[in-house]
Amino acid sequence: MTELTSLTIAEAREKLASKEITSVELTKAYVDAIDAFNGTFNAYVTTTPEKAMEMAKASDERRAAGTVGALEGIPLGIKDLFATEGVHTQAASHILDGFKPKYESTVTQNLWDDGAVMLGKLNMDEFAMGSSNETSFYGPVINPWKAEGSNQQLVPGGSSGGSAAAVAAHLCAGATATDTGGSIRQPAAFTGTVGIKPTYGRCSRWGTVAFASSLDQAGPIARDVRDAAIMLKSMASVDKKDTTSVDLPIPDYEAALGQSVKGMKIGIPKEYRVDNMPEDIEALWQKGIAYLKDAGAEIVDITLPHTKYALPAYYIVAPAEASSNLARYDGVRYGLRVDGKDIADMYEKTRAAGFGTEVKRRIMIGTYVLSAGYYDAYYLQAQKVRTLIKRDFELAFHAGVDAILTPATPSSAFGIADENLAADPVAMYLNDIFTVTVNMAGLPGIAVPAGLDKKGLPLGLQLIGKPFEEETLFRTAHVIEQAAGKFTPAKWW
Amino acid sequence: MSVDLATVKRVARLARIAVSEEDANRMVGELNGIIDFVEQLSEVDVTGVEPMTSVTPMDMRKRQDDVTDGDKAEDIVANAPSTDRNFFLVPKVVE
Repeated sequence: MTELTSLTIAEAREKLASKEITSVELTKAYVDAIDAFNGTFNAYVTTTPEKAMEMAKASDERRAAGTVGALEGIPLGIKDLFATEGVHTQAASHILDGFKPKYESTVTQNLWDDGAVMLGKLNMDEFAMGSSNETSFYGPVINPWKAEGSNQQLVPGGSSGGSAAAVAAHLCAGATATDTGGSIRQPAAFTGTVGIKPTYGRCSRWGTVAFASSLDQAGPIARDVRDAAIMLKSMASVDKKDTTSVDLPIPDYEAALGQSVKGMKIGIPKEYRVDNMPEDIEALWQKGIAYLKDAGAEIVDITLPHTKYALPAYYIVAPAEASSNLARYDGVRYGLRVDGKDIADMYEKTRAAGFGTEVKRRIMIGTYVLSAGYYDAYYLQAQKVRTLIKRDFELAFHAGVDAILTPATPSSAFGIADENLAADPVAMYLNDIFTVTVNMAGLPGIAVPAGLDKKGLPLGLQLIGKPFEEETLFRTAHVIEQAAGKFTPAKWW
Repeated sequence: MSVDLATVKRVARLARIAVSEEDANRMVGELNGIIDFVEQLSEVDVTGVEPMTSVTPMDMRKRQDDVTDGDKAEDIVANAPSTDRNFFLVPKVVE
């Protein structure tokens, strides 16, 4: 019999349904794997084995009684950004020291309502600000992938680095994640997993620690396209508690898998061919184009002229919203407090001790661009540019394009504590160059693994769709997955 | 536009983050790097372009102004560093 932790969600669902395995057995296998290997990867910041076993037992009882949810008995990891009642929720920050919410986020509640089991909370960049998972208060996450013939530790990407590493190392069957500028798609690409950022408004943001509210969106990281489709269906909902949650029915995403892409128009934006792009990335892109062409799709060249302005506009809009959202961490209502001589001194010392370097940097940028005299030059200009970025996509879709194919990242996974990146914050920000446009325009985007580079590291392709047409992305990504195969790291742990 | 040491200290004060002299000096370089990077937006012609206010065209959902939640004072103070009888305690603000 194969190892239980190597089963995909769809495979486990089948074995659970046929009573070949129980959720208690499956969950125990994950609890043991986490016990043995979490020290190696640092993927979980807290584990909840007792809760997991209780939830698994309850799931088996529900199944015996004939009640079976869409994720019945499936053990999942939850990014530390989602509020989980009575369980560590700190956005991997010291400033939320000891915070255990008295409520559950809508996304996680949806998963539990569908029968899923919680294994613990996953590591991430502090407040989801980072592209390498190195800004976490709990230290970096190690990528289960290594370059051929190398023992160097690589980053899993970020901010959902714990989610991606745990899925790739089989420390959970699937994981929740969030994406503000690429935080689902970039780590998925770096770990050979599938990640989808749905359309803004598809998943409720209620109970998810806010970073940049007009960009933040939850989605899954999973082992394959089918598992991602299964998870998104459960995570998505129409929620009265989030005014930006969109009142549209949630389709059966899994049903889109296996449908033909014949006659579909796939746009190839020339602006995504950037300077110094590694040959491997260009070759991967061409391979993706060939896969879709072979499947009967029509490939068309398109132009998205404002692409190069997406990242600079993002680094105004996101820090501005973050500086406002993170004003709440002041040592009064929750988390860390450092005493001071008066209340202002207490605020300043608490925030100095509680936030890490990258978070402080972004709060400072946000405060600066919103400060008196600069608002029009920076924030207002960025929001106008954002309108233009969105218009580029609208024009392409209006001209008949069904989905857009791009690389997911400009490189494969890089080393932990990379000196060039540590010295230059902007160089790190460039990791999100292909993903950030999608957040700026509120569109859905999926990263699907499509090959390995010369070093033997996974690379991903990104598909961008029309608002609320995630089904098109699942259908098209599935065609790429069928052609490219799946990629799992050689086990060294 | 470029950021100097006095600006960094003023912004840190606005953001309520205590910074040491060393932090402030380091931030001057870092913030200027980021500001230089975002400066390229000024070359975009935005004549007649409306700033984005909502990424999805939708009317904000509204509801009746009824009390639908509450009576949770203990829950609300449960995670606070310092409380007394369901009040948050802070250092003296008014002399």
